Amino acid sequence: MSVILGIVAVILGISALFAIYRVARGPSILDRVLAVDVLLAIVGGALAADMVFNGHTNSLVILVATSVVGFIASVTVARFVTDKK
Amino acid sequence: MDTALDILTAVLLLGGALMSLAAAVGLLRFPDLLSRMHAATKPQVLGLLLFLLAIAVQQRSWAVVPVLIVCWIFQLLTAPVSAHMVGRAGYRTKHLRKDLLSMDDLDDVVEHAATRRREAGDRASNE
Repeated sequence: MSVILGIVAVILGISALFAIYRVARGPSILDRVLAVDVLLAIVGGALAADMVFNGHTNSLVILVATSVVGFIASVTVARFVTDKK
Repeated sequence: MDTALDILTAVLLLGGALMSLAAAVGLLRFPDLLSRMHAATKPQVLGLLLFLLAIAVQQRSWAVVPVLIVCWIFQLLTAPVSAHMVGRAGYRTKHLRKDLLSMDDLDDVVEHAATRRREAGDRASNE
């Protein structure tokens, strides 16, 4: 089981690095907010993997909370994006 | 029985992690905002479902199932909202590559609105 934990951790780490690269690079602010959204999903996945491997449900509340309010950031930024360079 | 459920949990976790990887690779490789938005939002929902299923299979208690269902339903409700808002803002601020679109449904609407505004402007200047 710890092998699986290692594989999942490596995959999630690589995904997080890709998303962070897009946050740093991303030509527009919309690209960045999209990448931050993906990063939030990756953190949620890491929390879920932790809960599975250690057999507890302590962070389930965080998972529910992020799925409820996680979209507010992107909606807010998208709302106030303008054409100006 | 326990081993089979453990293997199922491992497969679900790996699937969820690979969904995250797919989203991240899409973010990295795709050329413009709209295609990146597709790659980012869709695997996220399926990946969360797989992670939640893994938690359910590992816990094996009915107490957590309603919480997991609520979590996924909220994700299903909120992911399209944010994708829609980002796509809309991206279209308006021209963060898309028109040459990559095979069809632009909004083109006619925008054109029509522009001509109507121009006609209204002409009428106002004539009076």
